[in-house]
Amino acid sequence: MIHSRWVMNRSMSNAPDLLFKTLAEPTRRAIFERLCREGEQTVGALTLEAGISQPAVSKHLAVLKLAGLVRDRPEGRQTHYSAEPGALAPLTRWARQMDEYWRSRFDALEDLLKRMDP
Amino acid sequence: MSESQDEPLAVVVERELPHAPAKIWRALTQPHLIKEWLMKTDFEPVSGHRFKFQGDWGAVDCQVKVVETDKTLAYSWEAFGLQSLVTWTLTPTESGTRLRMEQIGFRPDQQRAFEGAKQGWRNFFAGLERVLADLS
Repeated sequence: MIHSRWVMNRSMSNAPDLLFKTLAEPTRRAIFERLCREGEQTVGALTLEAGISQPAVSKHLAVLKLAGLVRDRPEGRQTHYSAEPGALAPLTRWARQMDEYWRSRFDALEDLLKRMDP
Repeated sequence: MSESQDEPLAVVVERELPHAPAKIWRALTQPHLIKEWLMKTDFEPVSGHRFKFQGDWGAVDCQVKVVETDKTLAYSWEAFGLQSLVTWTLTPTESGTRLRMEQIGFRPDQQRAFEGAKQGWRNFFAGLERVLADLS
């Protein structure tokens, strides 16, 4: 019998959960993608293309900021927003860790299949 | 052995195995066999059945979503507050079976509509990959 003891890292999922929730909303994701693509923008500029009201855009930006996905820079009466793509790292890390996990489980499954009756 | 690389942000592992689908299906669905390669579990191959995988480090909460004997098995997988869907697909080949495991994350309140969410999350991951590719 194989005793496979793969220890899952406790830190691997808390941050991805917040990122998943934050980016699952299509309008919010579109705003984030636009900031990644086009660089720093004001709320006004983002509102022109988002097709929703400025308060709604501001609300999405606040949620993105809470998740660490955007940062803001006040300048006079305007606030400029830019993407923090580094915040996506936990998500790619989660995927990488799960990938390693499943590969090791496939190895164990193959060992088991060799020992099973046909 | 081939391992898919086409969806690096969704987790996909695929291998050709020299065993019949029915045998692999047993290893995927019988608790005394599952514990040999994955974890201790009270799994039952019944759609809607809630079960746990018990690891040394804690438990994974799961619910069976799809059971098509010898073909497809899917269950939700929730650990440390992160929801995902694990889907096993068995495809017969000349020399055995191609076994594919796909794990896709989705937000907790989407579980109800997971079929739709699945496509949504494919798009989500594809979108994220585009963003990441543009940045690098």
